[in-house]
Amino acid sequence: MNSRKVEVLVGMFVALAAAALIMLALKVADRGISGNGETYVLKAKFDNIGGLKVRSPIKVGGVVVGRVGSISLDEDDFSPVVTLVIGKEFDKFPSTSSVSILTSGLLGEQYIGLQPGFMLEDDDILKPGQFIEDTKSALVLEDLIGQFLFSRGND
Amino acid sequence: MEWFARLGRSTLEISAGLGRAAYLLVGALFAKPQLKNIPLTIKQIYVVGVQSLLIIVVSGAFIGMVMALQGYTVLVDYGAEESLGPMVALSLLRELGPVVTALLFAGRAGSALTAEIGLMKATEQLSSLEMMAVDPLRRVIAPRLWAGIIAMPMLAVIFSAVGILGGQAVGVDWLGVDAGSYWSVMQASVEFEKDVGNGIIKSLVFAFIVTWIAVYKGYDSIPTSEGISKATTETVVYSSLAVLGVDFVLTALMFGTH
Repeated sequence: MNSRKVEVLVGMFVALAAAALIMLALKVADRGISGNGETYVLKAKFDNIGGLKVRSPIKVGGVVVGRVGSISLDEDDFSPVVTLVIGKEFDKFPSTSSVSILTSGLLGEQYIGLQPGFMLEDDDILKPGQFIEDTKSALVLEDLIGQFLFSRGND
Repeated sequence: MEWFARLGRSTLEISAGLGRAAYLLVGALFAKPQLKNIPLTIKQIYVVGVQSLLIIVVSGAFIGMVMALQGYTVLVDYGAEESLGPMVALSLLRELGPVVTALLFAGRAGSALTAEIGLMKATEQLSSLEMMAVDPLRRVIAPRLWAGIIAMPMLAVIFSAVGILGGQAVGVDWLGVDAGSYWSVMQASVEFEKDVGNGIIKSLVFAFIVTWIAVYKGYDSIPTSEGISKATTETVVYSSLAVLGVDFVLTALMFGTH
């Protein structure tokens, strides 16, 4: 085995590893398409976020426009504050838009549904860092069952 | 009384062994780098990396295929077969890729390294290198150590990629999971830094452990045919156990707290 052939084969090995890494990055982790675009931040305060997690998707009519950036607790009124990281190309949401925490399927993971409101004036759009006022919390199954039993008890 | 004496003796032997292993590592890795050793390292990457490629690709493909098959039978009961993609991808990227590659690497390349270095010692090639004022740590050990550390993460990445493709072959082409949901649900749940990046960090650590144990066992072997066979066995056993143990610690550190 002369050294030229060894070098060529090692070079091909490195190229194969690089190709595998690129495949993992682009096709498996989907980094190139949505991972490194420009983003801006909106905030929303909920009563209960249920099973929402960091990096849960934010959808408008089923289309993913961003992801949950961070979840923290407001120190004054102890309600959870969710930071929404949204792609720069979707920066025209009216300030009357509402967000609700929804579940995909019966047992699926939770995501934020953003419902764009009516555009009242031209400059009335959500600016980076602004809070979305109209929020609906996650449905917690135990609460639902409790309400159901309570309403049954009244009959 | 005899028992305490044996305890003391074996403790001393283990400590001395660890000391010799650390001495070997410092002598091989932290010595002044020599440019003329780079072709030697490339030769060793060929031996430990390129020649391990076949076993890595074949076992990666079969592990991906069998995981898709097993995962499908469980997930289809819950109507959640579109979660097959993330199941195959996450378990390959986080666990199976680095760990199985390290175990195969220990058996395929680590044992060969130990036997080669042990035979060099038995035939007194290492002593003759020293006699020619060539440091065997730098000339023989360092290229092999570097080659292992460089080659194994690349093998692990190839293993994961081939496994995901094998999972697609079984899950999508045979069992009929929708190709779009196989890839898109996978893309939604795999994160590059957290899953791919941590998997590569894991396999770097494993590469270091396996190659270090292999060259140390060879360098420290008793230079007889019996000693070399014992050293080769110990390489495979110790590096497999070390990989599995360290894997638990690394997993707890990387993915343990949510």
